[in-house]
Amino acid sequence: MNDLTALARNETAAGPPAQKISARNVNVYYGDKKAIDDVSIDVDRENVTAFIGPSGCGKSTFLRTLNRMNDTIPTARVEGEILLDGEDIYSPDMDVVQLRARVGMVFQKPNPFPKSIFENVAYGPRIHGLARNKADLGRIVEESLKRAGLWDEVKDRLADSGTALSGGQQQRLCIARAIAVDPEVILMDEPASALDPIATAKIEELIHELRGRYAIVIVTHNMQQAARVSQRTAFFHLGQMVEYGATSQIFTNPRQTRTKDYITGRYG
Amino acid sequence: MSEARPSIAEAGERAPTDWRAAAMQRRLRRRYASERRFRLWGLAAVVISAAFLAFLLFTMAASGIGGFLRSEIALPIDLKSAALPVTPEQLRSRGADFALASAGLENFVGVAVVRAFGPEGGDLVADNAWTFVRDAVKRDPSLLGQRVTIWVPASSALEAGARGDGPAPMRALAARFKASGMLARGFDWAFLTGTDSTDPTAVGIWGGLKGSMFTMLVTLLIAFPVGVLSAIYLEEYAPRNRWTDLIEVSINNLAAVPSIIFGLLGLALFLNTLHLPRSAPLVGGLTLALMIMPVIVIASRNAIKAVPPSIRDAALGVGASKVQVIFHHILPLALPGVLTGTIIGMARALGETAPLLLIGMRAFIVAAPDTLTDPATVLPVQIFLWSDEVSRGFVEKTSAAIIVLLLFLLAMNGLAIYLRNRFETRW
Repeated sequence: MNDLTALARNETAAGPPAQKISARNVNVYYGDKKAIDDVSIDVDRENVTAFIGPSGCGKSTFLRTLNRMNDTIPTARVEGEILLDGEDIYSPDMDVVQLRARVGMVFQKPNPFPKSIFENVAYGPRIHGLARNKADLGRIVEESLKRAGLWDEVKDRLADSGTALSGGQQQRLCIARAIAVDPEVILMDEPASALDPIATAKIEELIHELRGRYAIVIVTHNMQQAARVSQRTAFFHLGQMVEYGATSQIFTNPRQTRTKDYITGRYG
Repeated sequence: MSEARPSIAEAGERAPTDWRAAAMQRRLRRRYASERRFRLWGLAAVVISAAFLAFLLFTMAASGIGGFLRSEIALPIDLKSAALPVTPEQLRSRGADFALASAGLENFVGVAVVRAFGPEGGDLVADNAWTFVRDAVKRDPSLLGQRVTIWVPASSALEAGARGDGPAPMRALAARFKASGMLARGFDWAFLTGTDSTDPTAVGIWGGLKGSMFTMLVTLLIAFPVGVLSAIYLEEYAPRNRWTDLIEVSINNLAAVPSIIFGLLGLALFLNTLHLPRSAPLVGGLTLALMIMPVIVIASRNAIKAVPPSIRDAALGVGASKVQVIFHHILPLALPGVLTGTIIGMARALGETAPLLLIGMRAFIVAAPDTLTDPATVLPVQIFLWSDEVSRGFVEKTSAAIIVLLLFLLAMNGLAIYLRNRFETRW
């Protein structure tokens, strides 16, 4: 019943949303295979949006279209329109490198660079010229690590390798690395699926704290997690978006039978 | 087997396995025996290859060490009575060699040799003995007014006698000189600083060594950047299609082409078409660069492929451009593998003889090269040339040159391995 109290809390927090990203009639193909079928969705500026669904339903694929990470797959092809603050991110005028700085990403498996903790966080600001000098860069690193809730654990060993941290710490380091570039949106692709319950709880807490400052989209196959951290939930199945609405509504009163079957554990 | 495990059909129901049955014990013994046998085979293989290596190194060291030594004989010479017509100013000038030669120093040294060792004395000192007198005079012009003893190299016949080799009379003579303290064996610095010669006592390795250094430098400067850039382009930028498949197959085949073919290519391309100078380290280096480039490309591509995709994703995810991903993340992580390929290629290039013969690096060259376009030879070609000489004195020198080549190889690989370990990322 914890989940229900979490839902209740989220409901009151969900104010009138302004849309940060709006996708219209998006199709994604891998070669001849259609992975995403005609998905339209609006992502709120102030809320955490969760994509749920069984394995292979296309939720990660769709997430990766939002910062054009699918560009790195030669056979992938995207149709339709995805607007970030009204700008078409697939238009030829859009600079994909800057897009990925504005729409940061945290991956399923923690993937810190094999460099020092400091360098991991400083890398983004450095390549985008966000710091005026060394002291400024130090401040950005400190602030990002604090916001990711990692500062107290690593402040005395910033020169140690990022890969020497525990799995949960590594994932928070990756979140700090994403925050350091000062993105507008953070995409999280099952950020806690490789972590133990305590590390997962810390990540979820962190998502709560980051909410409002960044538009957050999280993919998860853990329904309790979606219920705990998100205000809006989209249910994906077989490449289609079946249902999208307030998290409380999706979990307590789904309109589609497919959603209901998934929520109640019939499949997935 | 049926005693250990009755079949289901017989027993109706599968009986519990009897792990202590005799058949099980036999199976166990066979398994242990095969493990022991395999371990022994592996050990034998290691011992055999180590023995070959030890044999090679031992014979090389045993026969080559003498090549670094030289017998010198004490030559008493009365330079005062020669009264050579040279002035101290001439001796300090750049024309000192010419002044002493035209003053007849060579003849006078010949006379001194006959006076000291008898009419056959000329057979006891090396042909270039007078140049040692000349160099001594240049170092200390006051010798010209004195009666002195100067150590000059022994002839190769006396050298062999001193080693206990060659005809008996020479051996006896060498023993007598040695007893009277007039014959001594010491480290032959001239071997390290000298160049090729027809007289085995006068040869030096410096010409070949410097030629090898120049050639390797050109090879490295061409093959490394071109090889690594090709690998990066093919891995990161080139689309996967029929053309890139064709290029990949061609590179793999090039790596297996016999080296002499590359010599023909170098001859046709660099000498006949581009008219670059014959016998030059520049051309040798370019030819060897063509030869080892495929090796570097293949090793680099494998190293780049082995970088985890998650690192690529992470860098792209914070908004790194493709070039930044490659130079900040992929290349540093791939560098140890790239360097391993480079070491293998460079080691192969250093030992290569055949392609260099075709571009004229087998000429008899008595001056060490000063620039990349001077005629030169390289260590393996020098070894090949000396091993072909009839004079017995060259046998030792050949082995000594092989030792120098191996030391060069060791130094080059040591440096590369040091660099590789420095760049190795600890995860």
